[in-house]
Amino acid sequence: MYYNEMIEGSDVREPYSMLFDWMGTMPSDLRQMKQAEAESIFRRIGITFAVYGEGGDPDRLIPFDMMPRVFMQSEWRRLERGVKQRARALNAFLRDVYGRGEIIRARRIPERLVYQNDAFEKAVVGVVPPRGVYSHIVGIDLVRTGRDEFYVLEDNCRTPSGVSYMLENREIMMRMFPALFRSNKIEPVDAYPELLRQTLASVAPRKCDGDPTVVILTPGHFNSAYYEHSFLANQMGIELVEGSDLFVDGEYVYMRTTEGPKRVDVIYRRVDDSFLDPLCFRRDSMLGVPGLMDVYRAGGVSIASAPGAGVADDKAVYTYVPEMIRFYLGEEPILKNVQTWSLWKEDDYKYVLSHLDELVVKEVHGSGGYGMLIGPKSTAEEIAEFRKRIEANPGNYIAQPTLALSTCPTFVEEGVAPRHVDLRPFCLCGERVELVPGGLTRVALREGSLVVNSSQGGGVKDTWVLSE
Amino acid sequence: MLSRTASHLFWMGRHLERAETAARLMDVGARITLMPNTPEGYRNEWQALLQAAGNAQAFAERYGEATQDSLETYMFFDRDNPSSVATCLEKAREGGRIVRTALTSQAWDALNTAYQEFRVLERRPRGSLDTAMLTDFTMHHAATVRGAIASTQLRNDGWHFMNLGYALERADATARMLDVKYFVLLPRVEFVGSGLDTYQWQVILRALSAHRAFHWAYGGDITASKVADFLILNLESPRSMRTSLTEAMHHLEGLANRYGPGVPDNARAKAQDVLQALLERDIEAIFDEGLHEFLSWFIGEIGSISNAVYDDYLSGRMEA
Repeated sequence: MYYNEMIEGSDVREPYSMLFDWMGTMPSDLRQMKQAEAESIFRRIGITFAVYGEGGDPDRLIPFDMMPRVFMQSEWRRLERGVKQRARALNAFLRDVYGRGEIIRARRIPERLVYQNDAFEKAVVGVVPPRGVYSHIVGIDLVRTGRDEFYVLEDNCRTPSGVSYMLENREIMMRMFPALFRSNKIEPVDAYPELLRQTLASVAPRKCDGDPTVVILTPGHFNSAYYEHSFLANQMGIELVEGSDLFVDGEYVYMRTTEGPKRVDVIYRRVDDSFLDPLCFRRDSMLGVPGLMDVYRAGGVSIASAPGAGVADDKAVYTYVPEMIRFYLGEEPILKNVQTWSLWKEDDYKYVLSHLDELVVKEVHGSGGYGMLIGPKSTAEEIAEFRKRIEANPGNYIAQPTLALSTCPTFVEEGVAPRHVDLRPFCLCGERVELVPGGLTRVALREGSLVVNSSQGGGVKDTWVLSE
Repeated sequence: MLSRTASHLFWMGRHLERAETAARLMDVGARITLMPNTPEGYRNEWQALLQAAGNAQAFAERYGEATQDSLETYMFFDRDNPSSVATCLEKAREGGRIVRTALTSQAWDALNTAYQEFRVLERRPRGSLDTAMLTDFTMHHAATVRGAIASTQLRNDGWHFMNLGYALERADATARMLDVKYFVLLPRVEFVGSGLDTYQWQVILRALSAHRAFHWAYGGDITASKVADFLILNLESPRSMRTSLTEAMHHLEGLANRYGPGVPDNARAKAQDVLQALLERDIEAIFDEGLHEFLSWFIGEIGSISNAVYDDYLSGRMEA
């Protein structure tokens, strides 16, 4: 049975009471008109999402659902504490594993999972970034299964994307339904860009004197998240650079400008570690800035997230995050982990292979809903096919129970119907740890579907936190 | 500002102006063909247009004989034609998308809308579109983008680069448009000064939206030397070569003042020289020299200024 966020028993839950009335009074032609208006706004401002390797229209829109997802402030406060707690623990873990490795010495996490992890960067061992922060923007993917039941599906410590949707969805809702905002106390999310800028400026390197120059480093306009890179740069009033705009001279990094070179202090990178510096990581890479890592190690520039941060958001390391919270913070985890079977463990492997039709199996390093098996939704052939892939490389997979993702009211062809949702809030870590009251709610638009990824037929919704 | 950003803004300006030029050229062509210009009746003048636009050969290789339909396809929709409306709008929009942070949302909105609506137009059956409609579409959107830029963009270096692109491209375009007249042949030498000759000059004025402005400025009959004066030397004429170059100068000076002596300004010096050379001539001198020769010289000089802009500002001069 799925938890319905609007209806409990026969009652409409408090956060949705006003929306319930609103839905009831909205004529369907108005709805269609507003939907068309929303789409035309999205297209005009240029928020589109291209999916690698799918071909088709590069300017495809992610469907936007006008029905918001709503939390009461009290529900949100608990989530907020849980998310911040997790972000602090993940950063403490990164500080530790690139330092003395206490958690490994204490045998709370297997050495192999950390030091043999592909995302572990030997090049930064012993380098402590400013304020000891490695992951400055932590995206935590959450699902809800009951009134007070929230599970963390995965952590994103590198470069979580989607925050531009959080901000733009809100803009569009405010533009289309101002009356809803006037009659409800909806907590604003528009402080995010300013908080992000402050967070990045707060981790300027030691050698920076005066106001730090912060830039966003993008792989370029062919990247599917380019819109977001450009949107954030614009909101923060900082330059959006590509690798070729930067160069290293002596102990600093500079960008090429019409007036000559300008020093750069903080790089919010939206490229993978391996494309940061061809001298350090991938020699064949045409992307990146030769010599960047030397400057970084010598404290001439800060990189957010720090190279190597990915070792904390691996699906195998994920299972140990509750341990990290206890170990570093001495607290009990507020948010739960989903039960996870690791297929490199003998017992787990046996269990999973005999229950493939009930479980979700994922690649350890996969993302975007690709390379996964959803047992209950798959045919016998698909399961048999996937079984071969697992048998060939068990260490590459984990399995989890199919979660009963909660549903939210969503506009569909026939009117309003419940559809499954998840949530990604964006936690900022710098001098302080901050979370704006909102996030990206993704919704599986197909009836019965549990896959919310935009590449697989998912859409997005505005996420509201109501002041009480 | 990033050199790469400046470069995208500069080329955005150039491509937007170039899209408009393609539309205006088509308009000239379409009007000329409405005029019976040989004793036998209609004659194909599309070739003249292609020569003026500088892509006669590329066209011939792809389409063979020039007809209104094939030319319409080539000038509006062909993405293999670097000067077509489709190519220019797409490049301008792509450049704009890359430097979104340097554009106001109004400017981006106008640019993106132009592109999206062009894509809708592109999918319509060709038979439902005519040249006048396509020309109007292009000019309308070009004006909207221009207006959004003029009324909302910060007057900073990005503004100068965008407008420098516009101005240099416009100077080039007016010269090319005038050159169409060189390639459009009159049936016999005694037609010089005839009604047909006058009509062809008039068509060029119309294509530059300068028909009525011309009458305000000069009055009386349309003659070759008046039209040429209006489009080359008249500082009131918004698209004249002198006006365009003066605007380019203004933006080059804006950059030089803003950046100070530490940054080279060879483009400004070059533009100054060309403007000086323009001012030393009157329209008689230009006709004596040969209009076509004069225009070719000018087009070459605009190219040199553009190269100097690249060297001064866009090349990422400072190598590591």
